[in-house]
Amino acid sequence: MEFNWTLFAQYLILGVTNGALIALIALGYTLVYGIVELINFAHGEVFMMGAFLSLTAVSAFGVLSNAGWAQIALISLLALLAAMLFSGVLNWSIDRVVYRRLRSAPRLAPLIAAIGVSFILQGIGIYWKGSTTVLPPNLIPTDVRSVNILTDWLGLETRIRFRALDLAVILLTIPLLLGLSWLVYHTRTGKAMRAVAQDRGAAALMGIDVNRTIAIAFLVGGVLAGAAGFIAAYYTNTARFQMGFRYGLFAFTAAVLGGIGNLNGAVLGGLIIGLVWSMSDGFLQTYISWWGAQWTPLIIFGVLVLVMVFKPTGLLGEAVPEKV
Amino acid sequence: MADLARTQTIGGRSTSADVAAPRSRRDIVVFGAILIFLIAFPFIDQRWELRLMGALLPIGIYAVLAMGLNIVVGYAGLLDLGYAAFFAIGAYTVGFLTSPSSVFVRAGVVPPFFQQFWPALIAAFIVAAVFGVLLGAPTLRLRGDYLAIVTLGFGEIVPNFFLNAVPLTGGTRGINPIAKPPTLGPFDFGQTAQRNWYWLILGIGLVSIFIILRLYNSRLGRSWQAIREDELAAASMGINLTRTKLWAFALGASFSGFAGSLFSAAFQYVHPSQFEFTLSILVLSAVILGGIGNVYGAVIGAVLIGSFDRILAERLTVPLNALGERIGSDWLASHNVGEDRYVVFGLALVLMMLLRPGGLFPSKQRAAELQPDSEDISVQEQQDLFDVLQHDDELSDVRGGQVA
Repeated sequence: MEFNWTLFAQYLILGVTNGALIALIALGYTLVYGIVELINFAHGEVFMMGAFLSLTAVSAFGVLSNAGWAQIALISLLALLAAMLFSGVLNWSIDRVVYRRLRSAPRLAPLIAAIGVSFILQGIGIYWKGSTTVLPPNLIPTDVRSVNILTDWLGLETRIRFRALDLAVILLTIPLLLGLSWLVYHTRTGKAMRAVAQDRGAAALMGIDVNRTIAIAFLVGGVLAGAAGFIAAYYTNTARFQMGFRYGLFAFTAAVLGGIGNLNGAVLGGLIIGLVWSMSDGFLQTYISWWGAQWTPLIIFGVLVLVMVFKPTGLLGEAVPEKV
Repeated sequence: MADLARTQTIGGRSTSADVAAPRSRRDIVVFGAILIFLIAFPFIDQRWELRLMGALLPIGIYAVLAMGLNIVVGYAGLLDLGYAAFFAIGAYTVGFLTSPSSVFVRAGVVPPFFQQFWPALIAAFIVAAVFGVLLGAPTLRLRGDYLAIVTLGFGEIVPNFFLNAVPLTGGTRGINPIAKPPTLGPFDFGQTAQRNWYWLILGIGLVSIFIILRLYNSRLGRSWQAIREDELAAASMGINLTRTKLWAFALGASFSGFAGSLFSAAFQYVHPSQFEFTLSILVLSAVILGGIGNVYGAVIGAVLIGSFDRILAERLTVPLNALGERIGSDWLASHNVGEDRYVVFGLALVLMMLLRPGGLFPSKQRAAELQPDSEDISVQEQQDLFDVLQHDDELSDVRGGQVA
């Protein structure tokens, strides 16, 4: 059978957009893990809450039936900022109320508490939007959704669809990634974060406020998750209280695959997982008749287990000897 | 919290509440009274029309699950988040072996002996243990939180496989019927014979408690506790870490598989949605609520969590909705208490970790995995020394009596 390049390119585009989304969530896991060595199990739910808030925010701003590009962009921007702020503050408060009290407890105690927080947030999600799948308000009209850059704007003769919506996801993600990189590598706060990640005790001796630095890591991770929540809600046009579990675990897999604690690794892992996801969802089916989207979680969790067992440091992470 | 933990530090004192069953006469009386109440409960249920029998079967099975998870989490200090996977493996093993609709039975590859309930139950026990070893062998050398995530991944893969491997498992159709236990004298185990099922599960639960208590005091049980308290020290004392952890994992898994096979037979069908992550967390909440490392705590935790899940969630909804209509609260009027399970499980985990890491009924030597780290070693050492001095007599007693 001849290789279907058109279809491959199509799923490549989907994979990159999914990957960008996963990378945003994965960064939250990796930031927090790098600093406090905690798998913030509730991070997926912080993302879900961001998605839910962006739905509520857009409904509150009101959607105009004949909104133009400028209005859509403005409302989107406001909803995006609201979701980022909300998720950031939420993640920060979780750390303040729960994890900080368990800072000196052994590793499993905060992890169990994090699982608990994740369940509480899912419960709140049900109270907020119900236990069924929610349709977001019609922020982006269908005709705008289906604009294909390649044919409609560039006038190319192709069957590949690269929608303005896909482009928007990538355009929203890149500045966030650059911003994070700037924060971590070019500011005093970032330096403090790296110092605390390296050695908490020594950082404290150097006059760094450790708790404040950890709190900022949670805040920043939450902000990124909130942005991802907004994007996921309007890109896929669905939201559900359980969405955080699936996305969260996929993103965690991405973080582990890239090397947990490593920012570039999270982005790389996100892209890989995004590609695996889209290829497994659609592309493989053309070659393996019984394959389908239902096998995707199996593949990705398989990757998670295999990486953890055979290369726990991931692709870009470095081996850290366990402290006794 | 640090103070609370320090009084319960490690030490060599093996005078735990878990040691053997009743010791004093008072304990025997209390134990006997509870036992009689439990055995007589079906008659009480009938007399006052409580209609609790249907809910008590799953609660009893949760209790067996919690006891098994308690071996893994409480005794050996390994956090297993994919416990439901073994439950699924047990349930599907019995389904594959005994159901007339199973592919294997129709292909004629299952010997008639294994198509009966009890042999299939034992097969499920063994198959789950084998899977426990298969998962545990490569993963148990991982650090605690990594192990938790690997087991979680496994716990997602297994039900997902059963859901999607339609030719094998029937997918969402599930498998039914399942073989029933053969009739024992006046006791038959049909679907309407809930009372007999109750006694069967009660009996199995009691036998499990006995086995687990014996295990806890065995050489293996002491090795688990040693590993849980301090891996490095345990290894230096000549304990084989991998093998000891593997035993905990395999035994925990086989308990889960066993419970799964009971579940499938009691409810006569196997369906992939029965084994979701929520179940793993339900059992974990039960163990943590009741008291990590304490068999009785795990059982009580399972009864508490199970009662909410199977009794309160159903019975509270109607009165709450009525109340909501009377006070004019739309939210309350249409609220389904079953939806509160997420918040309830979550709160159980978070509050326990924050306020009472040892659980409601902590084992005296509770999991050091959940105690504050010994950052301030000098304080802890002094405290230990103090404990040793205080309990010197007791200690020598124990040395002489138990630790041979």
